[in-house]
Amino acid sequence: MMHAWIVATLVALAAGCVGFFVVARRAAFAAHALPLGAFPGAAAASLMGVNEFWGLAGFSVLGVLAIGQLQRVGRREIASALWLAGALALGVLLLNLSGRYAQSVYGLLFGDLLGIDTTQMAVVAAFSGLTVALVAWVARPLLLDSLSSELASAAGGRASALEFAFLGILALSTAIAVPVVGAMLVFSLMVGPASAARAFTDRPWRALVIAVGICLVTVWSAIALAYLTNWPVGFFVGVLSSFCYVAGRLRGGTTALAQVA
Amino acid sequence: MGAISAFGLMGGFWSNQPVRVALAVGGGAALVCAVVGLSTVMRRQAFAGHALADVSGAGGSAAYLLGINPLFGFLGMAAGAAGVMEWAQVRDARERDLLTGVVLGAGLGLAALLLYLDMTVRSVSGAAITVLFGSMFTIPPSIVPVALAVAAAALVASALIFRPLLVSTLSVDLARAQGVSVRTTALIHAMALALAVSLSAMTVGAILSTALLIGPAAAALRVARRPASALVLAALIGLVATWGGIALAYQSYYWTPGRGWPVSFFIVMLIICAYLVASGIARLRAGAPDAPPLSGCQEH
Amino acid sequence: MNTGEAVLALERVAVTLGERPVLREVSFRLEAEQFCALIGTNGSGKTTLLRAILGFIRVQSGRVDRAAGAVGYVPQKITLDPGLPLRARDVVALGLDGARFGTRLPSKARTARVQQMLRAVGAEEFAEQRVGALSGGQQQRVLLAHALVRRPKLLLLDEPLANLDVGSTAEIVALLRRLSHEFGAAVLLSAHDMNPLLPAVDRIVYLANGCAVSGKADEVVRTEVLSRLYGYHVDVLRVHGRVVVVAGARDESREALERDPVHTITVP
Repeated sequence: MMHAWIVATLVALAAGCVGFFVVARRAAFAAHALPLGAFPGAAAASLMGVNEFWGLAGFSVLGVLAIGQLQRVGRREIASALWLAGALALGVLLLNLSGRYAQSVYGLLFGDLLGIDTTQMAVVAAFSGLTVALVAWVARPLLLDSLSSELASAAGGRASALEFAFLGILALSTAIAVPVVGAMLVFSLMVGPASAARAFTDRPWRALVIAVGICLVTVWSAIALAYLTNWPVGFFVGVLSSFCYVAGRLRGGTTALAQVA
Repeated sequence: MGAISAFGLMGGFWSNQPVRVALAVGGGAALVCAVVGLSTVMRRQAFAGHALADVSGAGGSAAYLLGINPLFGFLGMAAGAAGVMEWAQVRDARERDLLTGVVLGAGLGLAALLLYLDMTVRSVSGAAITVLFGSMFTIPPSIVPVALAVAAAALVASALIFRPLLVSTLSVDLARAQGVSVRTTALIHAMALALAVSLSAMTVGAILSTALLIGPAAAALRVARRPASALVLAALIGLVATWGGIALAYQSYYWTPGRGWPVSFFIVMLIICAYLVASGIARLRAGAPDAPPLSGCQEH
Repeated sequence: MNTGEAVLALERVAVTLGERPVLREVSFRLEAEQFCALIGTNGSGKTTLLRAILGFIRVQSGRVDRAAGAVGYVPQKITLDPGLPLRARDVVALGLDGARFGTRLPSKARTARVQQMLRAVGAEEFAEQRVGALSGGQQQRVLLAHALVRRPKLLLLDEPLANLDVGSTAEIVALLRRLSHEFGAAVLLSAHDMNPLLPAVDRIVYLANGCAVSGKADEVVRTEVLSRLYGYHVDVLRVHGRVVVVAGARDESREALERDPVHTITVP
């Protein structure tokens, strides 16, 4: 249980930071498509007999490349939808061939806190730290780009490079979160708290910190409730994140960022 | 020899009851998804279309729990979620992406719980896979009339709002100036979307119905120049991919002995191929010398 | 002056957007087949006024009376999605029956009417191209055809001359003038620069300070009239045949405004 608690805290830290940009860039679909599209990676990994994490990470990278490439042809939402469908179709095939149990598929999709061991915890800690560091590094150009990609280009940033950087960070943070909250619900941990944070402040960095705070509270409550009821943690994460959003809306969350983004 | 064996296989193919049901229900779902998907892609609601499919999965798992016809579970949940999104959207259109994400999150959370209860309370361990990934060959024949009725309802609704929806997609202001009831049109479209999505969620599975909804429409939009041809092309791609996928899946029982490959895998791959081919054609056209001139008014 | 049939009549119209009062008291009339320019600087409320006339925005107080029948509308700076499979021809056809539910079989009369409209605005050459791929000027012609194809009694255009070069401006003004006669439509067209329009318009509605003054151009564009409208002294200068409105000293006129608040001025 202690492991679960620590890992969930690390995941919430990364998810809060990245979630701020997911909301600012209106990238909820990509935030949903990347982790869910990475889930077949776990099936592939178990088919080849390697650690699940590498399968997830590999498919996340593939997802970033595929969405990035498809975006050049069409719109981002089409790119996300097609990558998601293609990856999942592959996942169905791999599941079918590997003959995995329904129980473990369920764990991958909706999270399984009990399966976390010490090595996994170390990996999550490393990558969560890396995510936060990367966010800190690209935060300012990325925020400007979210406001207007023309402004960012004028300031010397490259819109396509920034988009790739964003997708890469998104993939990284989702890959580590999949074992905890599951591929299906990673994105709701990003969207709910970060959109609620906009209602509390007009300053961007303060909003980021508030998003991380709400994320932590959401995850901690979800774990506690899951522990008490024995119900899946994904259920509580999904529902609590939605409550965050509704609370933000009720507080009249139309700050400057909300209007621009 | 090849011809004889193919004939033999196909002979079994047509006389097989689950295959016939799959062809009917899958074909209906493909047709409806192509038609409704076209307006969905044009209105940039691909994410909403996907979210509805995922959320309808929660209804599917609830149906397993309650022991009712799964189609009604899918349908009820999708219609409810579509209603929530349309209702809340009216006030602030910019929030659409986030709101869709939040509805999706809540719906998936619910699905997590219901699937968990399916496993623990009813001990239906395969429910998660059936609901999420679909199972065309296990559709009960009793569903066929209901499914085709749902398909027909969605098609009629789409035909009814075809032109007003097209104008409001072009520009909400133009539509309102012309007297189009933008809200009513959008609501009817959302309901048609819910019907299409729940039908396809049940056949190819909740998380793969996105391919059927978005793929053929996106491919058709890349090459078609007018609405009618886009409609025909999307329907054609959807039908060919679905029926082709069913035929390939049926054949695949002979590739890996004792274990067939999933239908949804073939359908999705065929659709993605269609999209890539359409994009290639569009690119070739854009590079052709008879491409439309970029600047204009003062040139003539 | 109030002899003809009014196609549009506004009476003491006030509009508040959020907390901000945009229009305080606007009154004017537009009669059949009149060609009228709605002049005002950026942010003076021209678009708001047009949207209030269309019924997109609720009017706080006052009345907007519109003659029965279709209204044509060409919005400002509309971005048409190049991903839509709609040819210029299809957009014009949607102007005819885009509001109707249900499908309809193609008819010769409809096709002919669309073709006639495309010819009238000079859009035949690019009628078969995707509307999103056309240039700004070409799109404007298509939207004009879309607005006119139902033969409206009233045509509203929001800044149709913005983003056009000088040559195209004269061309479009002449086209609008000709079409309004040909189709018997009254035209209300907003612009921030009145100069290209002055030779063509019958009337002018000058919008400033949330209020409007309307009348013939040479009756409205005068130092004393516009000074009362703005609430402080402005000079109307004529330079090389162009009219320029320049703000004068502000302090003296503010005092005058406090003594005698001005809302609407009607020029005889």
